[in-house]
This record gives sequence, structure tokens and C-alpha cells, in this order.
Amino acid sequence: MPPPIGIPSRHRSLTLLAAVVLGQVLLLAAQIKRERQVRLIRVWAVELISPLQRIGAWTIHGAQHGWGGYIGLRRAQQENEEMRAVLDRLKVRNAELEGRALEADRLEALLNFHTTHQEVPMIAASVIGASPDSGSQVLYINKGSRDGLRRDMGVITPDGVVGKILAVYPDTSQVLRLDDKESGVGALLSGTRTQGPVKGTGAPLLSLDYISNDEKVTEGQAVLTSGQDRIFPKDLPVGTVVDFVSDPKTPFMRIRVRPAAHLDRLEEVLVLETRQELNLKKEADGDGAAPASSGTAKSSMAQASPAKKSADSH
Amino acid sequence: MDSTEVYIGPEPHIEVHKYYGGVVPVVVLLALVLQAFFPVYIRSANYLELPLLVTLYFALSKRNASSGLLLGMVVGLLQDSLSRTPLGLYGIAKTLVGYLGSSLGARIDTEHPIARFVLTSVFYLFHHAVFTLTTRTLLAQKSEVYFSIPILIASIVNSFIAIGLFPLLDRLRKPS
Repeated sequence: MPPPIGIPSRHRSLTLLAAVVLGQVLLLAAQIKRERQVRLIRVWAVELISPLQRIGAWTIHGAQHGWGGYIGLRRAQQENEEMRAVLDRLKVRNAELEGRALEADRLEALLNFHTTHQEVPMIAASVIGASPDSGSQVLYINKGSRDGLRRDMGVITPDGVVGKILAVYPDTSQVLRLDDKESGVGALLSGTRTQGPVKGTGAPLLSLDYISNDEKVTEGQAVLTSGQDRIFPKDLPVGTVVDFVSDPKTPFMRIRVRPAAHLDRLEEVLVLETRQELNLKKEADGDGAAPASSGTAKSSMAQASPAKKSADSH
Repeated sequence: MDSTEVYIGPEPHIEVHKYYGGVVPVVVLLALVLQAFFPVYIRSANYLELPLLVTLYFALSKRNASSGLLLGMVVGLLQDSLSRTPLGLYGIAKTLVGYLGSSLGARIDTEHPIARFVLTSVFYLFHHAVFTLTTRTLLAQKSEVYFSIPILIASIVNSFIAIGLFPLLDRLRKPS
């Protein structure tokens, strides 16, 4: 018989031997069960195939990763620009939300103040503008005569006195701030109850006039409304004494006062519809409805109340 | 068909023997039957490896590697079938014995009793080694040992049997 094609005759028996032995080995493997009753041929098959599978998986994974990296590089710049645009938009959005959060805080404080003093009619208004003239400290609010506002009504915030209505229009009103040169409010020093007008200077600090050199004044002393100007009720926080100087040329001290209200960053205000006195002691003893600058205001109120009682008794 | 052919190979003077038809299957079956029969009555008959002796004899006599390994495979698988071992354990061992025996028989004179004694001993040990290797490797059974005194004794016993058996089988050859 001629030898099979491709196998030399001298190797035919050796090839046959290998085939026969291999066949019997496979036959054995098909019968033998190893641990967990898995047939050995299955173990061999898995061990034979799994490296190829791993190589295949590794190759495919590498190709995918490489392709993904290539595509990723191509798209990276575009995505980077898109992400930057998104980031810019988010920054703007974040700033907007932060502003809204701050506004919500302010409105909450305003609402709390309003709720605490429900017996006093007051109208909440938003600041919609300011005077273009740097020499005058006025601002405009979004409430006018149609809302019941009239000239000379007092304007406050939970922190303290802001100013008074200077002019009223149907839907807006002009408010003269306390720090304007033409502005003034009847005030008194807490504790001594010494009265004197607080005037604007055109600068951030106010001036408390006509306080005798003999009076006892201390830095940080609270200055409250006296109610004598017929605009503001008594005992509203006006500010605190920053410093004072006795002038030998005149019988009065020069006292500088820091406004209790943040006049340079007003956004919402309350307009007092009457001169009914606010029960600030309730606020001082009460809950979170306290003014934002409550440290000074509360202490001033606490100091003011006994004096007021004393004055009332006289 | 001639009973004796001149072998064309490394040793041209060595003859290739032929047997009457049916001799090989009958001898193989007889060896398997006796292998299964003797241990029932004779405990020491466990040392006997009649299928190995028959395989080795025909491999050495026929001197054809292909037929030798195929005969070894058939005898081994039949022995596996009759025993509790997985199919292939004896098959592999006897396939290798058949291949190596026929290859060796084509190169040296295996008719001399001493040569037959030595070859039987060596192939018995080789057969046992392959069997042990397969058992340890595939079945993961470490109980089998490659070499021990009882195995050596068994190889010698089988060699003595071969010295008596092989001449009997020689009579079954076709006359040259």
C-alpha cells in the first residue's frame, strides 16, 4: 500500500503511534472525572481553549482600547471645548443660584421681621434703582402711591433705619437714605437717653449732633430713634457710636455713628405705614426674627428698654 | 503467501514471521481469558501479564511497527474493558510496548531464550512504568509506584513464563 500523501513511509508508523496514543489519551480523558466531577477532557479542553480565549479577549480589548483611545483623542479637543462651555454656563448658573439663595435669605429675614411685628402695618418693597448723582444718597423702590405709600414715611430694614420717602409716584417711590447730607433722624443714646439728631454726611458714617461735652458716651453705644421727628417710632436702631471727640471750641461733642442698616447694599426694605411704636423688646427676647446685625441691635434694645420704661414712668 | 519474508531494513538478515489465519485473535482472547481466570484460583497469578506477553511476542515476531502498535492497542483496550480501569490505561501502555517491541525486533535477534528473558523483563518494567505514569498523570492516583521489589519479581516471573510460552507460540507460525 502506498504511504499517505505528505508522510514519509519511515515516519508512517511513528505517526500512527502518536495518533493511537493520542486517541487513547483522549478516550481516557473522556472517562476520567477529576475534582468536582468534571471530566478530564473538559478540564483539558477548557485549559486548552482558555489561553486562546484570554489572548483573543486581550487582543480585542486592546484593539477596542486602542481604537477608543484614538477616537477619544480625536474627540478630546471637541469635548474639552464643549465641557468648558458647559463649565462657563454652570458658573453663571451657580452665581445666579447663589444670588437667589442670598435673596431668599434676605426675604426670609424680612418676612420674619414682618411676621414678628404684624401689629405694625408695613409694606415690603424692593430697591429698583439708585440716584445717578454720586452726591446724593437716594434710591428707588418698586412701591408707590397705588400701594398706599406717602411722603415722609419711614423706611427700615430688620437691621435698622434706612431713610424716609422723599417723593412718591404711582408705582415707585424715591427714598432719601440716612447717610445723605440732607437726611436726618431724631435719635437718642441708649442708656442715657440723651437726644440729638443724627445727620447724614455723604460719607459712610453718620453724625450725632448736639450731645453735650458733659455727657457720658462710650464707643459701641447704641443709637436709637427718639420718635421726635414724627417719622420713625421710638427705639428703632439707628446705629452705633464709632468714636467721639470733645471740641473745646463748642459745647458739643462730635460723635460719629455707624449705620445699623447696610445702606450700601440694600435690596429689600420695609416701609412703615404708621408711626406706631415697634415692640422691639419682644424681638430682642424672641426667636430668630432678630435683625441681621442683631449683636448691636439686640444689645441696644436690651439697654433701651429699662430707660424707656423709666422715661415712661416720668 | 510466503510464510517468511526477508525484511528490508537496518538488519536485512532478520526474518519476518507469518501466522496462520485466526491465530493472533485466538491467542489474544485466550490470554485475556486466562488472565481473568487464573487470579480467581491462584492469588499469586496477579503477577501474571499474559496479554503483555502475547503482545510482546507478536510484536517481536512480526517486526512491523504499525501492526505491533495496533495489536498492542487492541489487546490493551480489551484488557481495560475486562478490568475496572478506564479504557486506555492498558491500551496506551501496550500500544507503546507493541511499537517498541516490533521496532526492536526488527533490529536484533529476539529468538534466543536469553534475549527473550531480558526483553520480557525490560518490557514488563516499561509497561508498568507507562501504566503508572498514566495513572498518576491522568487519574491523579499516587498509589502506584514506578518500581518496587514485587514488581521486579513479577517481571522475572513473567520472563520465565515467556521463555516457556514463546516457543509454544513459535509453533503456530507458518513454516518457512
